[in-house]
Amino acid sequence: MQRQSDLDDILSAVPGYRERLRELREIVLANAIMAGEIPAPTFEEAQRVRFLCDRFTESDLNNISTDEKENATAVLPGSLPERERKNILVAAHVDTIWSANVDHSVSVGTDALVGPGIADNSLGLAVIASLPAILDHLGIRLQNNLVLLGATRSMGKGDLEGLRFFIENAKLPIAAALCIEGLHLGRLSYSCIGMMRGEITVRAPEATDWKQGEATGSLVHIHRILSRILAIPTPQHPKTSIVLGSIITGTAYNISPRKAQLRFEVRSEQAGMVSRIQEQIEEIIEEVNAERDANATFTRIARRKPGGIGFHHPLVKTARKIMGQLNLQPKIAPSTSELSVLLDAGISSLTLGVSKGDNRHELNESVLIDPIFSGLAQIVAMLQAIDGGLCDEDD
Amino acid sequence: MKTIDTWLETNTFHHGTFWDILHLIKVKEEKGITISLCIPTLNEAKTIGKEIVIFKSELMDRYPLIDEIAVIDSGSEDDTREIATSYGADVYLSGEILPSQGFKSGKGENLWKAIYQLNGDVICYVDADIKNIHTRFVTGLVAPLIYNDSIHYVKAFYDRPLAFSQGIRPSGGGRVTEILVRPLFSLFFPELTALIQPLSGEYAVRRPVLEEVPFPIGYGVETSHILDVYRKYGLEAFGQTDLDQRIHRNQTTLDLGKMSFGILQTFLRRLESFEMVGQLPEMSNIFRQFQAEGKDYEQVTREIIEEERPPMNSIPEYREKFNLES
Repeated sequence: MQRQSDLDDILSAVPGYRERLRELREIVLANAIMAGEIPAPTFEEAQRVRFLCDRFTESDLNNISTDEKENATAVLPGSLPERERKNILVAAHVDTIWSANVDHSVSVGTDALVGPGIADNSLGLAVIASLPAILDHLGIRLQNNLVLLGATRSMGKGDLEGLRFFIENAKLPIAAALCIEGLHLGRLSYSCIGMMRGEITVRAPEATDWKQGEATGSLVHIHRILSRILAIPTPQHPKTSIVLGSIITGTAYNISPRKAQLRFEVRSEQAGMVSRIQEQIEEIIEEVNAERDANATFTRIARRKPGGIGFHHPLVKTARKIMGQLNLQPKIAPSTSELSVLLDAGISSLTLGVSKGDNRHELNESVLIDPIFSGLAQIVAMLQAIDGGLCDEDD
Repeated sequence: MKTIDTWLETNTFHHGTFWDILHLIKVKEEKGITISLCIPTLNEAKTIGKEIVIFKSELMDRYPLIDEIAVIDSGSEDDTREIATSYGADVYLSGEILPSQGFKSGKGENLWKAIYQLNGDVICYVDADIKNIHTRFVTGLVAPLIYNDSIHYVKAFYDRPLAFSQGIRPSGGGRVTEILVRPLFSLFFPELTALIQPLSGEYAVRRPVLEEVPFPIGYGVETSHILDVYRKYGLEAFGQTDLDQRIHRNQTTLDLGKMSFGILQTFLRRLESFEMVGQLPEMSNIFRQFQAEGKDYEQVTREIIEEERPPMNSIPEYREKFNLES
């Protein structure tokens, strides 16, 4: 009963948090802009990590450090005696899909921020950088340690290397965690689907005689492989899909490309299904290599196991109630990113979004400013609930 | 020139020197200096929001270095004023300040009216079209004034002219400086060539200095300031700070032509008022440029002598060959 009453207190405070956090608008936006204008392609995040560490220093946090994978970490110590404190992790990935030579300027209008990577994940990183000021502004002192993490090497070939390293090596046992993404407010991810991300590269000999009649080149081989992959049955229950992400090949109208690359992702809710599809894809490649004068190879870039904490886990239930209090309709979305590492490690975790936005992964990626304050209020309330033991599974 | 060498050593800074903002604020408070930031605008909706957000967050809310942020607008037709207001800047229409003096259209007008409208002991002017805005655009300019009582006017410079294999890399965005202003200064005011980017739109100035200089309202405002302040206080009154890179809109050659015309008018008007026209100083053959090595700056001098030949018909051999009457 006491816990219900504590949760009710938090729920009734949430709309007020949203209003009071508007007073920190420039602090939060400036952090998003300043982080966003520092290029941070995967494996080259050092400068952005430096910015985050500087913000940690300015917030007078403890244990500010970077590790071998260049993750940025800091601790806001809780009020309980040190031995009794648990560690609550809030993490956001530092890296972006954009190379350093892209113009990273962020523009600021009356209602939105626009710029490459502003949603994925400069805004998420701004939350990490701003959380100490946010809690201070609301007069909230957590009992437990708040561990803030800017995780590197997360996207693409980074394959969550930063967070994985942190979880495997950090000396702080994590009791619960929130992953923060710029988009979308109302997102509620508490499970991971099985996933395998791969690249098929085809190399073909140079075509010298256009009169040979038969189409040649790597593009033709990749087309054959693609047709056969599309013929692989993907069940609706459990939901399974093959996402074809990109084909990179060719330079001209009249030259058959010698190299082509297909990038794809296989997803499934069922354990084992992704492995079975991977085996089928590998067989297709062997077949094409045997039939044709082709040289196709397969490389697995990333792999996730399916898992999750379930819709009725107290962490998820609390998140739904908090979102309801902010008039947000929770959108259940399984994750394939940071959450999988945390769930794999047995840590109760969620991924939450901060705002609404558009044009994800385009140069004019945008986030709306006004919803940010609901996103922040939701995160603060979740931290309070976790801190008060209201999200423990045995509750 | 010894003065230039000494001045470069003592009055030229890099913004990184002033990284300790808490110390800067402490000295500012001890000396009781107030600072106003003035951003002159005309249709700058694309960049003004970011400037206000960064300066307000970092230099007012987080670190209380500046006491007011003001946008002085010439009558933008886009959302410049709305955006600036929404992020907490004090926004003024230039035409409504000092109405008894009327309104003239030009950036210099906004800078001049800011002296009346704003309250700071120091006014820091920052253009509104900077894409890579950062706190250094203010800290780098006001710090020399806070720390050094004998400096009154601090100018920004960017893209240091680093030496490279084929000579000196021209400094970015300084075409009019290199083609017009530096040659003019080399001829008539050699000491002022020490200013690496005399036309930069970012500078911080003490109020007593601003009060007593006239303001061309157009392109000549920076040139006239430099000449007037130099005339009254000498080179020692200036400081300059390297703010690294500044990303902004590039102007067309036609626009630079207009700018040069305005600057030339101002320059000649100053020669007149300094009573130099009738008695021009001996023209120097030394052209002065600068290069940086690390954080040291040195002048590079070149002797450029424009010798002349007389008209060919004054040469006896020529006259003889072509049967010209003597």
